[in-house]
Amino acid sequence: MIDIKDIEKLAELSRIKLTDEEKQKFGTEIESILAYVNQIQEVAGATASEQPVVGEVRNVMRPDTNSNESGANTEMILAEAPAREGDLLKVKKIL
Amino acid sequence: MIDIKNLTIKKAHESLLKGDFTVRELTETYLAEIQKKNPEINAYLEVYTDALEQADEADKRIKAGKADILTGIPFAIKDNLLIKGRIASASSKMLEKYCATYTATAVQRLVEQGAVLLGRANMDEFAMGGSTENSAYGVTKNPHDMSRVSGGSSGGSAAAVAMDGALAALGTDTGGSIRQPSSFCGTVGLKPTYGSVSRYGAIAMGSSLDQIGPITKTVEDAEIIFNVIKGADGFDSTTISDTTFAKEPYKGKKPVIGIPTAFLNQGGIDEAVLANFNESVEKFKNLGFEVKEISLPNIGYSLAVYYVLMPAEVSANMARFDGVKYGLHKDGVNMVDDYFVSRREGLGREVRRRIMLGTYVLSTGYYDAYYNKANIVRNLLREDFKKAFETVDVILTPTAPTPAFKIGSKTEDPIQMYLEDIFTVTANLVGVPALAVPSGFVEREGKQLPLGIQITAAHGREDTLFMVGKEFRSE
Repeated sequence: MIDIKDIEKLAELSRIKLTDEEKQKFGTEIESILAYVNQIQEVAGATASEQPVVGEVRNVMRPDTNSNESGANTEMILAEAPAREGDLLKVKKIL
Repeated sequence: MIDIKNLTIKKAHESLLKGDFTVRELTETYLAEIQKKNPEINAYLEVYTDALEQADEADKRIKAGKADILTGIPFAIKDNLLIKGRIASASSKMLEKYCATYTATAVQRLVEQGAVLLGRANMDEFAMGGSTENSAYGVTKNPHDMSRVSGGSSGGSAAAVAMDGALAALGTDTGGSIRQPSSFCGTVGLKPTYGSVSRYGAIAMGSSLDQIGPITKTVEDAEIIFNVIKGADGFDSTTISDTTFAKEPYKGKKPVIGIPTAFLNQGGIDEAVLANFNESVEKFKNLGFEVKEISLPNIGYSLAVYYVLMPAEVSANMARFDGVKYGLHKDGVNMVDDYFVSRREGLGREVRRRIMLGTYVLSTGYYDAYYNKANIVRNLLREDFKKAFETVDVILTPTAPTPAFKIGSKTEDPIQMYLEDIFTVTANLVGVPALAVPSGFVEREGKQLPLGIQITAAHGREDTLFMVGKEFRSE
């Protein structure tokens, strides 16, 4: 059901690098987990093609004001960044 | 010598007010106990060097006559709750050096009362696991038997309390992570109603399931802490207030107890657990509680539903760990490769497996069959519980299907590990509160292993849980 190609695709979508050994192992494990969770297909009643159901939705509003002064936390937050240039996060060239 | 073995929050509070001992002496006693036991048990990843300074502040406050109930009470805090200026690693390599830039609301409310934070407690990486074996920093052993796990994911928090390395602890519970380790370690653990405790500053795992709650030695202690940390918070839009859910009168003179007999007879429960559960039911009857059989038609599917929805939410929540904004960064050949390499190096096997599983159930072509279907069944479960709470006030099950298991005995088979959550996940799926209470011991290989029962109530009815739990424990 789940082959190496599926695992490679999932790993790519998940932005995770896997070794060949891990691909094998994850494949077997994910297949056994899916086999277990598949029992939800038996549940009678509403079918999956019906209206998507997500959690309760309620709107929560707050005043549209600044909660802190600009720059108040900048230094503290950027101190956690792996690489920075001034007040910007630094990453490798994209283009 | 302070008798910490028999100490509770209320007793400690009274003694501190009376001057039987100071917060400094109390804190020193716990620190000495940690020093003695933690090298083997590994409940704490870090013991804060300023614990005694915090204690002195609390002593000043008591002297000034401004003590609150938690002033000077020594706590262990799970490593996925942020405390400004301190490391919060979630037991992951990804956040090994991450220093929190703000404090979680639940922790802040303890700090405002003058509680003493002793250190951060070990856990399964990003709260994913049921044994703390997924911690990047080693397993937390069970204080009752060093060859066994402490449970998880809040295993460090539960072990810290069980080994008298803290008077109380905070944990988080996404599918049983407060209650199952409490069952294994003989502590009391509360998973509050969804939204009753702010998650601001808790490192998110499954956002429709996560809750913060206390781990303590007594039901009363859990109640005291819950009353301090609960309540609406502008930083967490899912928080509710005390009046969000109506408090219906009890169905009998005392709360009526429901037992999902058919579910319990399905098998897969350790014999000693089942025998102890039946004894607990008898005890409730002797205490004058009415006990009824109830039917929860879809409860058998709850674990399957959980293992679809939880990984789906995990895959979304874990996307933020990219090696760019904070946390571990490893260089790849280009910008995108940086993500792949950083996440590979920073995240453990269980976390990566759940991310991939979540990605699968959310992907085009599988979304309807898995994620969507699971949400439909989740709603059926909510209906089942609603119906059950029309005839009973609480539902009783064991907390876990087994006593604490041997270290390494379930690491090779994820399904075996997941089955440990069979009784606990439903409260998270439905959003109701559940309390794990110690109910006795079973002897295995000459060691006394704790067992526990789980009491579940309707939304917002923690008060019922505390009342029933206290009667059961003769508190």
